[in-house]
Amino acid sequence: MADASYPEDLLYHPEHDWAKIEGDVATFGVTWFAQDALGEVVYFDPPEVGTTVTKDEPYAEVESVKAVSDVFAPLSGEIIEVNTSLGDTPETINSDPYGDGWMVKVKLSDVSETDVLMDQATYLESLS
Amino acid sequence: MTVSEFARIPMQDDEATTIFEKGAPGRRAFVAPPLDVPQVDGLIPDKFARATAPRLPEASEPEIVRHYVRLSRRNFDLDSGFYPLGSCTMKHNPRLHERVTALPGHAKLHPFQDPARSQGALELMYNLERALGEVSGLPHVSLQPSAGSHGELAGVLLTRAYHEDRGQHRTTVLTPDTSHGTNPATVTMAGYKVVKVGTNPDGGVDVEDLKAKADENVACLMLTNPNTLGVFDPNIEEIASIVHGVGATLYYDGANLNAIMGISRPGDMGFDIVHFNLHKSFTQPHGGGGPGSGPIAVSDRIEPYLPVPVIERVESGNGAGPTFDLIEDDERRPKSIGKLRGFQGNYGCFVRSYAYIRSLGAEGLKDASETAVLNANYLLAKLQQAGVAEYLPLAFGKLCMHEFVLSGAPMKKELGIKTLDLAKRLLDHGYHPPTVYFPLLVDEALLIEPTETETRETLDGFAEAIVAILKEAKDDPSIAQSAPYSTPVRRLDEAGAAKNPVIRQPLG
Repeated sequence: MADASYPEDLLYHPEHDWAKIEGDVATFGVTWFAQDALGEVVYFDPPEVGTTVTKDEPYAEVESVKAVSDVFAPLSGEIIEVNTSLGDTPETINSDPYGDGWMVKVKLSDVSETDVLMDQATYLESLS
Repeated sequence: MTVSEFARIPMQDDEATTIFEKGAPGRRAFVAPPLDVPQVDGLIPDKFARATAPRLPEASEPEIVRHYVRLSRRNFDLDSGFYPLGSCTMKHNPRLHERVTALPGHAKLHPFQDPARSQGALELMYNLERALGEVSGLPHVSLQPSAGSHGELAGVLLTRAYHEDRGQHRTTVLTPDTSHGTNPATVTMAGYKVVKVGTNPDGGVDVEDLKAKADENVACLMLTNPNTLGVFDPNIEEIASIVHGVGATLYYDGANLNAIMGISRPGDMGFDIVHFNLHKSFTQPHGGGGPGSGPIAVSDRIEPYLPVPVIERVESGNGAGPTFDLIEDDERRPKSIGKLRGFQGNYGCFVRSYAYIRSLGAEGLKDASETAVLNANYLLAKLQQAGVAEYLPLAFGKLCMHEFVLSGAPMKKELGIKTLDLAKRLLDHGYHPPTVYFPLLVDEALLIEPTETETRETLDGFAEAIVAILKEAKDDPSIAQSAPYSTPVRRLDEAGAAKNPVIRQPLG
């Protein structure tokens, strides 16, 4: 497992999720802190493409050696792509949470929701 | 010692042969006597009969004995050492119970035996029901459920039957976020939706959150009191009145009953349904197999829906003693939820639990609970001394009931070892680790329940082992990170086991 890191170009949600915004599409995943707290991830239960997700509501489940946990949507919209490779290699969520461990891509329904998410500095402060 | 020195400690036994790999063709431990009745062919239709014989182990009696004795020595059990597994109440199983359970009248009783010829067993079960009714403050008992989770399912099905009988179709069940994992699983099995209720800063139910979520859709609130944080909820009367106020039932998860026997009763707190874990509070051996038993006790309003059969005591009226019967006909039990399993439940558990209750008596049960709480608080005080508390602080409150939760978060941050590493290193000190990573709301949780049957010396020894592990981690965290060293197998690949479970032994 890599060392703790929190990229500067992401937005962060208090439930330890990140969102990378590109126009009106966002990529979601969980932060280094979340994967470290979960422990080794053994299963990712993905949502289906076309599903509507709502900010602050669960959209997927991850199972680690410790527990099954909900993954919360940092923003609202419709899922346009799911990282299907996590089905075979869910441990990528641990080894590369911001890269190959991404979970879904979402077409945002309200880009202004990004205003309430945290930037890197604020998120780091919330962790300390 | 360094890691490499530990690694040189020889394994006790690293042979992993299964019984299928033992023995030789034709070898056997038993020879059936010659057939002395006429042989009957064709009892099993050809389409159901095997074409070839199954491959079964073929081993001599000494091979079989040695195989299973070797396996039992690789196991860690309550008879080998301290087993403070939180929420599991791993208390000593008195040997008297084994003696009475082995009496032929108990051990050889056939489940199809006619009630007229199993009066003693029915009387024992009836008396056990009354005793459990007294402990819980809820008079009507069914002994049928075979595990705590089975008792929970029975309780939620009773709730459903109760509401539907009144023409109400409720949809949700409330559970606190500290609840046992079986609670939400039970709710889902019974066809309800789980709604989580939050925890207040003292570790009890967040009453405001409960008020906000309690409405006419709620069928039930499932609660453990004391809860998995080892905290007794002082607001229980208000909680009961909120739940009853919306017409829902209040369910008591009896997993933590060991803290309150003879002191307070769920029925008096306002609960409608409670399950008991006879394999926890009432000494049925558990942890590594053996049958469990999860009887339920209910209030008057839930009684009509109890599973069948129910045991009825009939006074003779002629000076002879009472007789006991099993009632299950629709006419007399029209609203019953039906049978939960075959026969009456795990009878051996009933004999042990009844022996326990009768050996201790009312005062003895109370004493057991008081000592359980005292032992937990003694160990807690030992572990909150300087040198430990800064790494493993108590998660909630100051005192505890029969168990307590420490957080390993500072230990992980300051010393670089996780709760899992501490747990694994405890094995090298000869202790079974406490429950880890539960309850989920405590970061790096360590849930410790010593029970009343452990001595002060054992509790001291356990506390000293934790002190030693923390001290060792200050010098070299890699020792705990790679533990255990002295067990038959080293650290297990938990992720691999979850992802690629091998659950069938290949034959040959």
